[in-house]
Amino acid sequence: MSNAHSPVAHHFYTVEQQKDSATIGMWLFLATEILLFGALFTAYAVYRYRFPDAFMVASSRMDWKMGGLNTLFLIISSVTMVFAVSSAEKGRRGGLLGFLAATGFFGTLFLVVKYFEYMHHYHDRDVPGLNFHWTGAPELANGAQMFFFLYFFMTGLHALHMLVGLGLLIWIFITAYQGKYSPEYYNPVEMFGLYWHFVDLVWIFLFPLLYLLGAHLPPGGGGHH
Amino acid sequence: MIEENVSLPRIHYLNSHYGWKSWLFTTDHKRIGLLYMISITLMFFLGGFFALLIRLELLTPQADMFNADTYNKFFTLHGVILIFFFLVPSIPGTLGNFLIPLMIGAKDVAFPKLNLLSWYIFVIGSLFTLWVVAVGGIDTGWTFYTPYSTTFANTHVIAATLGVFFTGFSSILTGLNFIVTIHKMRAPGLTWFRLPLFIWSLYATSIIQVLATPVLGITMVLIAVERFAKVGIFDPALGGDPVLFQHMFWFYSHPAVYIMILPSLGVVSELISAFTWKRVFGYKFVAISSLMIAIFSFIVWGHHMYVSSMSIYAGMLFSILSYLVAVPSAVKVFNWTATLYKGSVSYDTPMLYALGFIGLFTIGGLTGLFLASMGLDRHLHDTYFVIAHFHLIMVGGAVMGYFGGLHYWWPKMFGRMYPEWWGRLSALIVFVGFNLSFFPQFIIGYLGMPRRYHVYAPEFQVLNVMSTAGSSILGVGYLLPLVYLIWSLRYGKVAANPWKAKGLEWETASPPPPENFLEQPIVTEEAYNYPTRPAHSPRHAGKLTGGLAQPAGATGKGREAEVV
Ligand code: HEM
Ligand SMILES: [Cu+2]
Repeated sequence: MSNAHSPVAHHFYTVEQQKDSATIGMWLFLATEILLFGALFTAYAVYRYRFPDAFMVASSRMDWKMGGLNTLFLIISSVTMVFAVSSAEKGRRGGLLGFLAATGFFGTLFLVVKYFEYMHHYHDRDVPGLNFHWTGAPELANGAQMFFFLYFFMTGLHALHMLVGLGLLIWIFITAYQGKYSPEYYNPVEMFGLYWHFVDLVWIFLFPLLYLLGAHLPPGGGGHH
Repeated sequence: MIEENVSLPRIHYLNSHYGWKSWLFTTDHKRIGLLYMISITLMFFLGGFFALLIRLELLTPQADMFNADTYNKFFTLHGVILIFFFLVPSIPGTLGNFLIPLMIGAKDVAFPKLNLLSWYIFVIGSLFTLWVVAVGGIDTGWTFYTPYSTTFANTHVIAATLGVFFTGFSSILTGLNFIVTIHKMRAPGLTWFRLPLFIWSLYATSIIQVLATPVLGITMVLIAVERFAKVGIFDPALGGDPVLFQHMFWFYSHPAVYIMILPSLGVVSELISAFTWKRVFGYKFVAISSLMIAIFSFIVWGHHMYVSSMSIYAGMLFSILSYLVAVPSAVKVFNWTATLYKGSVSYDTPMLYALGFIGLFTIGGLTGLFLASMGLDRHLHDTYFVIAHFHLIMVGGAVMGYFGGLHYWWPKMFGRMYPEWWGRLSALIVFVGFNLSFFPQFIIGYLGMPRRYHVYAPEFQVLNVMSTAGSSILGVGYLLPLVYLIWSLRYGKVAANPWKAKGLEWETASPPPPENFLEQPIVTEEAYNYPTRPAHSPRHAGKLTGGLAQPAGATGKGREAEVV
């Protein structure tokens, strides 16, 4: 256990050793995340290749404006996160708290929008396994359902990562409020920043693959109702 | 073994704290290693129990004891438990946790709390699996092939996949911890090419654990969701592709066979060096070959799918790549053999296991090459030949390496020796029992007996009876160490470094103090810096003079000067 005065845990010898360890550990963790999502992106590629038309038509049922708004929110939150880390580095506690709060705010906005999107799809009976109902061209039904399964699975996993991120953010905020961080020691803030950027980055890939694929078609093109 | 006059240290990691809390909330890597050891031992005997039931049923060609459904559950539970809950965590969780910080001169792993967490996650996964066993089992095979697992099986697939998901998560955390530990926690002077080969092999293992396991994890979740929601990406009714599942599964599970064998390869390198009293021949090649194996392991998974609608060109590619993976494995075998040459070999229990390992691993690997050639595999796929192939590597190889390592480091862990005579006897029993169990299976498989059936053609009976007899002997060979190792905890002869082996882990007391070294060690020499002494082995000299001889530079004065 680290003693009250030193942020260096008992089994490390120096601050640098501790910091490097955390950094390598975090990057390795992100590598595992890439493979976790990577398997899903692979599945997406396989089925988009198999059902090109169905994927395009199903994608036109997405609201790219909502998705675009969310992309914006996440990019802003990533920027505020950068400022949060740099405030921590400079030892500005007020700035750190403010930027963390802003990051949390935009992260939450993202989830709120996502919630409305999901509700929308629910009402439109787009949810495989729950109420999926396809009224478009019948030969596209299977591929469309596949698209929506992947959509919910991938964005769901992403949203789960956002939720975990917000939980961590609250913890960082509280410890920052308690004054645990200093220019010598702000590891957790920086590591959390890496995580947050990573989760944003996943979305940057999800957005075009899921929302923009059919954005040139009329909304819901060939779809139901 | 050399007699030594030693007494237990007054304070060590086992007696520094008391009470169950000091175990369940420990962050000491040594204690966590023991927690793993206890848990995987339970899983080992549970999985072994199912193996025995399988072998009993196969005594006769007809169904005598179990019907097809029950039999399917038995081989599934056998595979799931022994692969995911025993072999994958075995050496990394126990010996790896215990030894890495000791071998690199650190106080602990880089993330001690994460280390404890990974054990708890492993326990959660195990509980899922035990629950599955208790409520009626699962019958998909350890491979969970779709669409059977997602659509047709009416056993407890969801709980089982979640169990695998959890233990996979635990495996990732262990690997991550080890990589960071090996990078950042080495003692001053301990450069990469001074590291023990066991560390190199665990480093390579960890890379696989970190990069392959997430794919298995998400695949298991996809199966659970597909079963639960009745729709998913593997569902043929939707145009989904069961073969995609096989790709995702083997993308993990081929590398995973190296998660299981690489640590053992590392253990054997240590054993060969310690019991020939020599530096491992071609150290750098052996070290790098571990990394090569890790890299190659990621690009050969298709050899499990030659008959799953794979195109002939993809098959050829996977076939060639699979041959290549044999090269770094062979490098190790050749180098060990060269190390034995003119070494002063002593045949203590760990060395018996190591020698058994070399032979069986070689045959297991060579038969892997048979299977990697597409034409032959067309004939051998899903037969007992495959069963024999992987049991030679996983049981004859990996488990023997684990047992060898356990005996070798037992005095390090507990400060007491196991009874050597019993050790050698059971190593011998294991070897005999193992060969009798699995060699007949090569033949029956070649003759065409398929795997995963509880009935078979009568002409295969003789060989099957041999195999069942062998497994019973093997079972005895595994039970003996359970008994005498536990016995030795109390009654074993006190020992510190009975092998007079080199290596940082032997520089500190046995059992080690809570933070391993009283002062930070500083390393000034390569691993295995045994004195070159072609004519007179100090080990043997030690034996002649009553065992008190201290080879210069191995322990005692010559070495202490280097430890600041
Ligand atoms: C030279 C290295 C190796 C090669 C070329 C090789 C090749 C193969 C091939 C081609 C198969 C598929 C046979 C079939 O299903 O028709 C196979 C199966 C298998 N191998 Fe290996 N192998 C090698 C090493 C290993 C190692 C080191 C292990 C374990 C530690 C291992 C464990 C397995 C297992 C578990 C299976 C069966 C999986 C199943 O279908 O249940 N192999 N091997
Ligand atoms: Cu394989």
